[in-house]
Parts: sequence; C-alpha cells; structure tokens
Amino acid sequence: MKTIWLNTILNRPWLTMLTVMLVILASAFGAKNLYFRGDYKIFFAQDNPQLQAYEKMQTVFSKNENASIIIAPESGQVFNPQTLQLISEMTEAAWQTPYSTRVDSIANFQHTRAEGDDLIVEDLLFDVQNMTAEEIEQAREVAVTEPNLVGRMISPQAHVAMINITVQMPEEDKTNKVMETADYVQQLSAQFAERYPGHDFYHTGVVFMNNSFASEAKHDAETLVPIMFLVIILVMWGLLRSFTATLATLLVIVTAIAATMGISGWLGIFLSTATVNVPTLVMTLAVADCIHVISSMFYGLREGRSKSEALHYAMRINLMPIFITSATTAIGFLTLNFSDVPILNDLGNLTAIGVMLAFALSVTLLPALLLVLPMRVASRQQMKNGSMEKLGDWVIRHHKRLLPISLVLVVISVAAIFNNEVNDIATDYFDKTTAFRQSTEFQEANLSGMSTMDFALYLDEPTALNKPQNLQLIADFSTWLREQPEVDHVASISDTFKRLNKNMHGDNPEYYRLPQERELAAQYLLLYEMSLPFGLDLNNQINLDKSATRINVTLENLGSKQITAFEQRALDWIASQGRPEVAVEAASPSLMFGHIGERNMSSMIEGTLIALVLISGLLVFALRSWRMGMISLLPNLLPAAIGFGIWGLYSGQINMGLSVVLSMALGIIVDDTVHFLSKYRLARGEGKDAEQAVRYAFSSVGRALWITTLVLVTGFSVLAMSTFALNADMGLLTGIIILVALAVDFLFLPPFLMVFDKKSTKEDKADETDKSLQGA
Amino acid sequence: MKRTRAYKGLNALVLLVLTSLVMPALAQTAEEKGLQIAQERKSRDEGWGDSQAEASMILRTADRQEIERKMRLLSLEMENDGDKGLTIFDQPADVKGTAFLNYSHAIEPDEQWMYLPALKRVKRIASRSKSGPFMGSEFAFEDLSSFEVEKYQYRYLRDEKLSGMDTFVVEQTPAYEHSGYTKLLVWIDKQHYRAHKIEFYDRKDSLLKTLTMHDYQQYLDKYWRPMKLSMVNHQTGKSTDLITHALSFRTGLTEDDFSQASLKRAR
Repeated sequence: MKTIWLNTILNRPWLTMLTVMLVILASAFGAKNLYFRGDYKIFFAQDNPQLQAYEKMQTVFSKNENASIIIAPESGQVFNPQTLQLISEMTEAAWQTPYSTRVDSIANFQHTRAEGDDLIVEDLLFDVQNMTAEEIEQAREVAVTEPNLVGRMISPQAHVAMINITVQMPEEDKTNKVMETADYVQQLSAQFAERYPGHDFYHTGVVFMNNSFASEAKHDAETLVPIMFLVIILVMWGLLRSFTATLATLLVIVTAIAATMGISGWLGIFLSTATVNVPTLVMTLAVADCIHVISSMFYGLREGRSKSEALHYAMRINLMPIFITSATTAIGFLTLNFSDVPILNDLGNLTAIGVMLAFALSVTLLPALLLVLPMRVASRQQMKNGSMEKLGDWVIRHHKRLLPISLVLVVISVAAIFNNEVNDIATDYFDKTTAFRQSTEFQEANLSGMSTMDFALYLDEPTALNKPQNLQLIADFSTWLREQPEVDHVASISDTFKRLNKNMHGDNPEYYRLPQERELAAQYLLLYEMSLPFGLDLNNQINLDKSATRINVTLENLGSKQITAFEQRALDWIASQGRPEVAVEAASPSLMFGHIGERNMSSMIEGTLIALVLISGLLVFALRSWRMGMISLLPNLLPAAIGFGIWGLYSGQINMGLSVVLSMALGIIVDDTVHFLSKYRLARGEGKDAEQAVRYAFSSVGRALWITTLVLVTGFSVLAMSTFALNADMGLLTGIIILVALAVDFLFLPPFLMVFDKKSTKEDKADETDKSLQGA
Repeated sequence: MKRTRAYKGLNALVLLVLTSLVMPALAQTAEEKGLQIAQERKSRDEGWGDSQAEASMILRTADRQEIERKMRLLSLEMENDGDKGLTIFDQPADVKGTAFLNYSHAIEPDEQWMYLPALKRVKRIASRSKSGPFMGSEFAFEDLSSFEVEKYQYRYLRDEKLSGMDTFVVEQTPAYEHSGYTKLLVWIDKQHYRAHKIEFYDRKDSLLKTLTMHDYQQYLDKYWRPMKLSMVNHQTGKSTDLITHALSFRTGLTEDDFSQASLKRAR
C-alpha cells in the first residue's frame, strides 16, 4: 500500500505536482472571500449572556457606541477663548461624522436656567467669539459643577475636555464603516490641530477600539508573516545548506498557507486579530515535517544511495511519525473549539486544517519537488555529533541528583501557577506603542477611564419613572455609585430632574432636589424634551414609555475580577433596597470582556482534558504500550505546568489568548515525547536496560529534537513580537512551554525512567510502529 | 461631401443661436419651478381660519413595542406668519391638562409657552430649537408646524409616479439657521398640491426619517388633511404614527384662545 503510493509519487513527479497544484489553486481561490473584521464582538458568541444583555439594552434605549476626541490645550486651561472656539467649532463639525447620531461636549450641553417664569434652554457655549471674560468664567463654573459634564466631558480642573460622538452603525460590513468613521474623526482632528496650534488630540471610544482591532490584525499580517518567512529561510539554510531544499520547503509552506487561507475564505471565516496568525503558526509547524524528510534524504544520499532511493528511504521512515505528530498537533488545535471565543475557534480549526495540509504536502509535493529539482549531492559531511551523546552521558551520570532537583523545580513552578489570575482588559490588549493605548492611558490619567457600565432599571409600569419613590431610588443609586472608588462619572436622569426643579423655581438652589409629585416630574420632562434640539434627546437615558432608565457609569479601566465584583456590588445594593418590583441589569463591552475570561477558562480546561485523553490515546496506540502511554503523561503535562508557573512569576495575567495555550501546546510538545519514548522503548525491547536505552534515545533523536524545538521556539517568538497582547502572550507562553518540554525530555524524563522503569521488558516487544518511528 | 458637412455645421450653429435667444423666455430654472410649486401649494391651503382636532400618537420602538399618547390640537391660521397652535395633552395621565402654546415663525425662533398644572404656572420656553422630539416621538416640532413658503429655499428636481399619482419632487432647504435638517425631499401631487411623502436629511446629509401621509380627507370642499401621518426613523428603526380621530374647521376660535392667559383655561 505504502509502496504503491510512494511509487506513484516518485515515478510520476510532474503529474503529482500538477495534481497537487490544481487542488491548491482551487482551495486558494477562496482567498477572494477573505476580509478583515475589526469589531470587539468577534470575541463573543451570539449566545453570550453579557452580549445579549448589552444588545437588549441597546434596543430598549439608543445605541451608544462612541468615538471620543479628547482635547488637551498646552495652556492647561480649556476655558480660554481660543480653546472654547475650537471645541465649539469642532462639536459642530463632528455632526458630519459618518453614522453619527449625536454629538456631546461642553459646547452644546443644553444648559437650562430661569429668568422669572422663563425657562431658557441654550448651548452652554453659544456665540463664543462674543463671550466676555465674565461669561467664560460663568460657563466654567457651570461646566465643572454640572454632574452630567464634570469627570467625563471636562476634567474637574478644566485642563482637558472631550467631544463624544455617538454612532449608529448597521452591522453589515461594519469594519469598513468603523474605519471610515475613525478616518473621518482623525482627519477632523488633523484639520483642527493645524488651525489651532497648541492643542493635542487623542482618540478613544469603542469605534477606535474596533478600528485598532482591525489595524492591529493588519499590522500583524504585514510584519509578522514576512519576518517569519525570513526566519524560515535562515533556519533552513543554516540547517541544510541547500538552496534546493530551502526552495522546496518554502514552496510547501507557501502552498500550505495559500490553501489554508483559501479554505478559510471558502468557509466564510474572516481575518481577525486571531486568525491573521494562522500563516505564522502553519509555517512554524510545517517546517518540522519538511526538515525530517529532507534530513533523512540527505542521510540516504550521504550513504551513497541514488536520489530516488534516498527519497524512498526518507519517506518510508518518516511517513508514520510525521503523521502522528501532525495529528496530535491538529487535535490540540481542534480542542480550541471548546473556547467561548468565536475567533479562537476559527484559529484552532484553520491551524488544524493547515497542519494536516502541510502533512499532506510534505509527503506528496515535497518528495516530487526534491526529485525534480536539480540538487548537488550534499558534499558536506554531517558532523558526527558527539554532543548529544555527551549530554546523554552527563544526564545518566547525574540522574540521581537531577531527579530530586527537577522535582523541587517542578514543585516551585507548580506553586507559582497560583500567582496567575484570569484578567481581560480590552484596552490593555494593545501594546503601549499603539496610538490607541496611548490615548486610553492619557484619558485615564487626565479625565476618566474608558471602561463603562450601563445599569438599566426596569420599573413595573409605563411612566413609572416619574413616581417620586422611583426617582428617589435612581438618585440614591447614583449617589451610591459616585461614592465607589472605581467610579469616574455617573450620568443619571435624576440630576436632570433636580436641575429642572431648581429652574422651575426661579433657579433657587434650595429647590435642587427631586420633584415630589409624579405629575410634576412628568410635566417637567415633557417640557424639557420639547426644548431640546435635534439629536440631544433623552432616548439614551429613558425608554419609550418611561418605564425604564439607563444610568451610564464611567469607570477606571478595571481587570476582570474587579469589574465583575463591582457589578455584583452594585446589583447587591439595589437588591438591598427592598424594591423587588424593580428589575436591574448591568451591561457594557467592558463587562463582556470582564466575564469572557472566566467563562473561556473553564470551558478551555474542559477542552484541554479532552485533548489530553485523545492525545494520550493516540500515544498508547503509537507506542503500542499502555505503560508507556501512562509514563508519557508526565513529560506532556509537566511542561505546561512549569510554563504557567514561569508565567505566574513573569506576569500573572491570564487573558483569553492564554487560555488556549494549554491544549495548543499539548499537541505540539507531545511530539518530543513520542520520538524520545519510542526510541527508548525500541532499545528496551532489544533487551537493553534503562541506562543504555536512554543513551540510545539521546544519540538517535537528540539532535532532531533540538532542531524542531529551535524552529518552533523561533516561530512562536515571532508571534510574541506582535503588538497585540493576545497574540504576543500566546506566542511567548507557547514558546516557553515548548522549550521547557525539551528540558523535561532531556533532564527529567531519563532520570525518571532510570529510577522507575527497572523491570525487564521482555513482553513489550519492539514492533512495526517503533521501527517506523526510527527516522524522526 | 465637404459642402454638405459645412452646411450641416452652419445649420447647427443657427439652431444653437436661435435656441439660446428663445430659451430664457420659455424655460424656468429648477429653483423658480420649485418656488412656484410651493406658492401654489400654500395658496390652495389659505383661508381655512381655525381648526380643532383630536389625535393620538402611536410611538414604536425598533422591536415594535408601542405606546399611545392622546392630545387635542387647536390651530389658528395667521396671515403672513406661521400659525398659532395650542396642544392639550390628555394621556398619559400624569401630563393630563398640560397645555403647550406655540407661535411658529418661518425664520425666527418660535415663541413657546407651557402650562404645567402640577405647578399651576405658565412657563415660557426660550429655546432656539425647533428640532427637538415632540413628546418623545419621531416628530420634531418643526415637522408639525404649518407650511410657510418663507421657511425654505426650493429646487424642483423631477416628476415621479408615487403609488399611481403624478407628483413633483421638490428639494427644500431650511432657511432657519437652527433647523435639524440639511434638506427635505417632498413629493407633491400634481392634482391637489398635497404632500404625500417627505424625506428628511440630517446634518451629515444622510437620510434620517421618512414621513408619509395617508387617507387624505377634504374639508370645507377645499382643504385636504391627512388622517394619518407615519414617520419612520431610518437610523434608529423607531417610528411614530400621528392619527387624527376628529377634525373640524371654523369652530370660532380667536386670538384670545391662543394667549398665555388662555393656557390655564385649556382643559
């Protein structure tokens, strides 16, 4: 069977190449369907409860996705004629922003005041050019005391101000709309920066966050993928010193990636911050297959065989091992389907497809290419590498000391795992070098956090909002919220009622309190709503039949634990008010990110367990031994444990990208174990004792393990260079685990086997599988 | 050959000169035609005097939840100015008896007063805005006030069939500085000069709302009034229907009924 297949490929290399190329082209053609999607919702499944709560709130009230412009005058004071003119003009211009439905700033804040029985409703900054110093001072006084403004639209010391643009975007083709909007706002700022020197502009808000998700994905695609190609070429050249071999490998990689991304297009999977790294991952994982085949072939050539014979030899001894290692890797990636994060499911599925494609190509296209391409017989004698044997001897000599030392190290690292905590803060995903992160940090340092939480209070009947006891509850809740240390700003309708009550009583400050009659409150609201200009209505705070209100809270940029704890504290406070008829719900993008980490972690632990069972099962099958399968658990699990321990000491922050590292890494590191244990078992089967078997394993696969680890760690280090934390952390930790896995296989596993695998292994006979695993 | 071509060229030139001489007399600019249509529309609706109506507003959210508000609308026709209007709210119960008086003006801010029964006081509202939502609905106040020629600049765009009717499509640009709109597209039927559909464009010139008029009834053998107005907001998906249940003309209302003092009496 195998021979027939091999002969088909090696006797008809051109036909093989043609067939493969046609299949690849058909797949790659799907790339026409690929598009970038930058939208934080790609992290949430449609049935995510926090997403549903958020979307419900957006239909009951108005949508509140926003783009914010923060204006910082170098003078350190917003209330000077020039800056006010800037804010006023820019507020007006911001209405032209695509998809905008509302613009808020200190300029168009609808300031109400009384003159006798007249209620005067006007922009806080009206006709700025003709404002006297006195009027400017009055406006400042209003702005820094108005609860709707201070702490959000203007800092208490009035040194920075914000213009907030609310947008309403149709969901279809949203990324382009996001980019269009972000571009418009950036150009607007550029124009005003030119016209009003001495002012800095920063952009934050959900629109810019979405925009950054898309632009970071593009940035990764444009930088990491080319770097990875360069690295692969250097590594291949360094290891094989053959132009043909490097070219053939590159062709295999390029076709594997093209087909994978094409299939992604056919499947309707879009490019996101996660899937944009599929090429890098596939490249990393595919190179190992090629190296195995090519180095075996070189070995055959050096032994004086013909090219065809050498290829036959290389394919024969490599087919099974690279199949097993590809399959375990694919299984590891497929368990990413357990994740609650849709784009991580995509990442897993695409990489799994890519790995299996790379396997298929390295046993079809690769041998065909190698056969056809001209190749000088590798003249350079592979150095008879004694270093592996030396390492083996050293480990054997010191195994009695190595075992306890490594056990102590393992215990320490496992203890350090508890330093880790699940933490997802969307703004912190972006590297400090990115404009978005710099803007959010500026905002946090000078104005407020970018995190928000919306509380909707659903009352029992239409117009129930106007009831004094409900208004009192809303006001008390707002007061409670403002007392919380995390809270930067609270926008609540209760403040508007208090202000109107004061206005209706000749601006007498004693009347800055809630109206005490339902009718009075209702009539104030009717009056006020009629006087508001276009776009500045109360739909963002009050629902249609006035049976519900939304309170917008701006928070410091909190971690997952803190934000969910704050949510719980707030819900508990409402529950303690003895008003069971009032239903309350909290929602926001920040809260969605706060919850996703925990949800994702628990489902990924489940996924990892399943990966472990499947992969161990495959190992039992590959090694044809239950005993070895059980022993293999140790070198498979320890690296992940130690890796997360190191992470606990290094960072301790587990974001949703890291939750998938466990099952992903498992599928990769298992390869080392397979190679090492199969050689060990082969030697044991031939009647050697543990020590001799360890020595044999070192000398036969030691170098190959070094090389594949080098390639894998290099690949994941490239990923670690991403400016997007989910990718960078995922790359870094996976790289660490792969490196640790090699250390475990070289320093811990041999002493362990020598101490615990003492009994004779007559019944465990070397078999077919072991032989086929030889070449790896 | 050559001769013929030159001859043709000369012919064309003569034709061109002739046309350019005759055209201005015949043709009308799009602006002039638009204005003419507006003037005709206004003139056909002059002289109705005063009216009283009972109406409901049905407010709907994007997910089709709805709520009803009831009111009475009193109107007084004014010559050479916007009309005067008095709105008395009947439902919901907590605003019952609240009365809103409006003197609309074409290019000046409107004058507005409101009587709050719970406060037992008349408050004048000084606001430049005419574009705020009327009772939380999709109607802005400026959508409901009377049609005055001076309110807009006009440009005739084209003829169009609208549900079987021949209509003019006219672009109207608000003359009022603080209008919420950049422009309106109005479909006016050629037979009676009644508006059947209006598209409202927001400040960034994208379509914000569409108003359609339904069930036109004729009063006093002359004046046409739609019994149902439907406003749909395309950006939020919300909509509002304004339904007239009863309408009568020349009911004897005078300017006294539209004074600040009258507000307290209105029940």
